[in-house]
Amino acid sequence: MTGLLKLKLKWKWIGLLLLLLCTGPAFAATGEQPAVDVQEIVFSHIQDAYTWHITEWNGKEISIPLPIIVRSREQGWAVFSSAHLHEGKSYLTYSIAQEGPYQGKVVERSQSGEEIRPLDLSLTKNVCAILISCGLLVFIVLRTANWYARHAGEVPDGFTGMMEAAIMYIQEEVIKTSIGETHYRSYSSFLLTAFFFILLNNLIGIIPVFPGGANVTGNITVTAVLAGCTFIAINLFAGKAYWKDIFWPDTPVYLKLPVPIMPFAEFLGIFTKPIALMIRLFANIMAGHSIILALTCLIFITASMGIAINAGMTVLSVFFCTFMNGMEILVAFLQAYIFTMLSANFIGQSKATHK
Amino acid sequence: MSLFTPDSGLLFWMIVSFGLVFVILSKYGFPVIIKAVEERKAYIDHSLETARQANEQLAHIQAESDRILAEAKERQNAILKEALAEKEQIIDEAHRKAAAETRLQVEEAARRIREEKEKAIREVRSEIADLSIAIAEKVMKEKISRDKEQQQIIDRLLDEVSFCKS
Repeated sequence: MTGLLKLKLKWKWIGLLLLLLCTGPAFAATGEQPAVDVQEIVFSHIQDAYTWHITEWNGKEISIPLPIIVRSREQGWAVFSSAHLHEGKSYLTYSIAQEGPYQGKVVERSQSGEEIRPLDLSLTKNVCAILISCGLLVFIVLRTANWYARHAGEVPDGFTGMMEAAIMYIQEEVIKTSIGETHYRSYSSFLLTAFFFILLNNLIGIIPVFPGGANVTGNITVTAVLAGCTFIAINLFAGKAYWKDIFWPDTPVYLKLPVPIMPFAEFLGIFTKPIALMIRLFANIMAGHSIILALTCLIFITASMGIAINAGMTVLSVFFCTFMNGMEILVAFLQAYIFTMLSANFIGQSKATHK
Repeated sequence: MSLFTPDSGLLFWMIVSFGLVFVILSKYGFPVIIKAVEERKAYIDHSLETARQANEQLAHIQAESDRILAEAKERQNAILKEALAEKEQIIDEAHRKAAAETRLQVEEAARRIREEKEKAIREVRSEIADLSIAIAEKVMKEKISRDKEQQQIIDRLLDEVSFCKS
């Protein structure tokens, strides 16, 4: 009897929630707004920006302005707040290009009247997100390390215990097994840093509002730097057997001698491995962000289609968004793990002595 | 598409911050943690090994003590047996000695008796001889004339003497 009552109450709450969800967009839709440009919304969210957009309230954008640091050839360094460039305004000779090859970037109008791109070291949304996550990462790891200094010979629990388990798992199961007993120690710091950097940024990226929401690991520049580090780690300290396998692989001679087909393919492999790493991480995280944004936009697209459709789509959207967010948490771990494991594997191959 | 073009500013900051994080963590972060964990692991392994050895030693000591106890028991048995044998032997010896002593004493007594007897006989004989002579003298003195009677007396005396002697 009480169970039935509870169930009824539950449905009541869900109904109320749905009503709230439906009416919000429905009211918004009455204001003769232009159609929702999903592509614009999605792209503006997954791309870098000069401000940290939080929300829009009554037609006013609420965002955190970030510092712009530029150096033009004509005027030297300039540091100012991005609030000066809000909505196409210009400050000094600088403005944000609305179109053209530099769309969305800070450009400078030179004395001759043309738009040129200055050296732009602005603390953009992604840079700030990186700085925040790096600070957090350093704090977390140093705190964990500090714990051991204060508790020699003890076993940690709670968060420190979790960190220890994660670090030792990556160290023992991924790095050691991939690179091998003799060399793994010199690479473990880099691989662990990469793992936790990616993981932390992936997870922070899932949080929809400040300090989360930035698409750091879904940015090709970031993944390129990470893959570049792996590229250096693979090739700079590679063993003789690795280079021999590239320039004189164990294939029939006719594949190497008149035309060096196999050496060429192998040589290409040096670059494709890190590029694959870069693209994989970038695409996975970017796609995750895009899907969640697109699913959220579903609510606003269907807002003008009547309450019934909008309500249905809202439920669907919330359901899928929940599912996708859960999925993204999985992907966050998975991609960090895959990046680390593949990097370790490539390094292991480069260190391998001949079979 | 700007999604795929790396941005120089972000590149710069990414390299700087990631590099910095890497330097800091590879110096004060991960190696410290890994070292601590490995030291702890080594300590635990060492403790386990020590415990195992102690256990082994304990078992060893137990076996040793058992062995010593058994040995002691064996020795005790042996000593007891030896003592018993010795006792028997001593008693035997005593018996034998006593027997020999007795025999010797008996022999000595017999010998003495014999000697005494011989001595007595000798004394008796000499006494008899003296007596005979004394008798003879007396007879001679008294009745030298009565030949027949004399003869009879002498014979009788002699018979008596020889009877005594035999």
